[in-house]
Amino acid sequence: MPLAAHDMNAIVRPLESLGRATAQSLANVGYAAMLLLESLYFSFAGWRIGQPLRLRAVAEQMRQIGVDALPIVALLALTIGIMLGIQFIAALSEFGAQSQVVVAVAKSVTREFGALITAILVAGRSGSALAARIGSMSVSQEVDALATMGIEPVRYLAAPALLAMLVMLPVLTIFADAVAIGGAALYSSPALNVTPSAYVMQTLALLSPGDVWQGIAKSVVFAVLITLIGVSTGFSVQGGAEGVGRATTRAVVLSICWIIVVDMIFSFFLNR
Amino acid sequence: MTTAPLIEVEKLEAWYGRRRILDGVDFSVNAGEIRVIMGGSGSGKSTLLRHLLGLHKPRSGRVRLLGVDIGRASERQMLDVRRQIGVSFQGGALLTSLSVGDNVALPLREHTKLDEATIRIMSRLKLEVVNLGGFQDLMPSQLSGGMIKRAALARAIVMDPKLLFFDEPSAGLDPVVSAELDELILRLRDALRMTIVVVTHELESAFKIADTITVLDQGNILMTGTVDAVRHCDNERIQDLLNRRPREIQVDADAYLNRLTEEAA
Repeated sequence: MPLAAHDMNAIVRPLESLGRATAQSLANVGYAAMLLLESLYFSFAGWRIGQPLRLRAVAEQMRQIGVDALPIVALLALTIGIMLGIQFIAALSEFGAQSQVVVAVAKSVTREFGALITAILVAGRSGSALAARIGSMSVSQEVDALATMGIEPVRYLAAPALLAMLVMLPVLTIFADAVAIGGAALYSSPALNVTPSAYVMQTLALLSPGDVWQGIAKSVVFAVLITLIGVSTGFSVQGGAEGVGRATTRAVVLSICWIIVVDMIFSFFLNR
Repeated sequence: MTTAPLIEVEKLEAWYGRRRILDGVDFSVNAGEIRVIMGGSGSGKSTLLRHLLGLHKPRSGRVRLLGVDIGRASERQMLDVRRQIGVSFQGGALLTSLSVGDNVALPLREHTKLDEATIRIMSRLKLEVVNLGGFQDLMPSQLSGGMIKRAALARAIVMDPKLLFFDEPSAGLDPVVSAELDELILRLRDALRMTIVVVTHELESAFKIADTITVLDQGNILMTGTVDAVRHCDNERIQDLLNRRPREIQVDADAYLNRLTEEAA
């Protein structure tokens, strides 16, 4: 008799935990969607119920998310540009198609790498910072204190971050595009026997607005993903300092996973 | 002066998973009194406070704050209520990213249209009330435990609330500092005519500041009465609390064995 019960347990237990995990992740997605709606509501109609969005808070977030990230984005974009230059020259020269390097770099950077690298970087910098800040605030009852003071935590903490991210991530992406193409020009122009400025001029001639828009559209989606994952993991922190640490890691890993998967889906539909 | 109670709680129940934390609590606080909610750890006093603050919506029962049923209040009504209450949390809960002065000024900046100079003066005034004059430019991390509690109190009273909640005023403080805090609470009631609800498990401080005491035990209200009434009450659990006697726990043999052997949590 006890053996049978044991066998049943062996089957039921994993199913049970699978079901619980599924329900939990569905709940998380629902929570994130609610946060998105609330943030947008407070951003545009909050003033009507006495919860106005503070432009100063948005500007501060824009500085932290955007301006402070410029050096590291520039460095990585330059490196990626040079790397793409190296790879495309090596690969295309096998077919004697070196001249195609310009268009290959231009399209892969604007459609793919500019947005992707920037988003991964911002997820690591700002997504984790959001989760850590809001997480430690909920642990030390600061979020409760805001609520009892009549300051909606979502309006005070989440909405400014979302707006700042929605503006700054596309801007950073355009910046990264430019720097990466510059990096590719630096490496490739000697190999192609053109001047760097001629390389850049040729890039501009070959690029269509659609290429750049593709990257920007993605970066808008990435902005929403990074903010929502950072904020929602932050608000749901439990278990003190250790919980904050776990939430921070979770926010970064989740954001980067979602960014890459969504990027693939986007690329599929935009290039059919 | 209205005679309606500022806080009315009717048949409030609260659950944490399958565990019942509050078991049909009835409770009311009148204007102008200092009510101490007393109880041991796990008695449900923190949960009761979270309901009183509107941080939890009651699942069953009713909580009325300043005449507003917070289970059914609209956002707007809730905001109106919250502008009239002040809360000082156990750990202070000052925003670590803002200076002490900015913390105290935060409710004024968010809820009033006063100019910056007035806000500065008003927040410094409240810092003076809690004996923290001149500390406005420090960050919360630079303050001691007692100073953090006083700064949190200054923030709680900056909007001149009708109703002030104080969670564990003496937790983690030395006897002198906590006695000073008790004095401060009494002074606030006399000077600013606030109604004050204090949640604590410190007997000495409770007896010193309370007009009335509510004793909570395992989710039930054992009694509500004046300090003397509580002192001379012959309820065994209350006397245990007052005399720091350990509970006599009766072991149920079957339940005990069951807990040890059961597989599914």
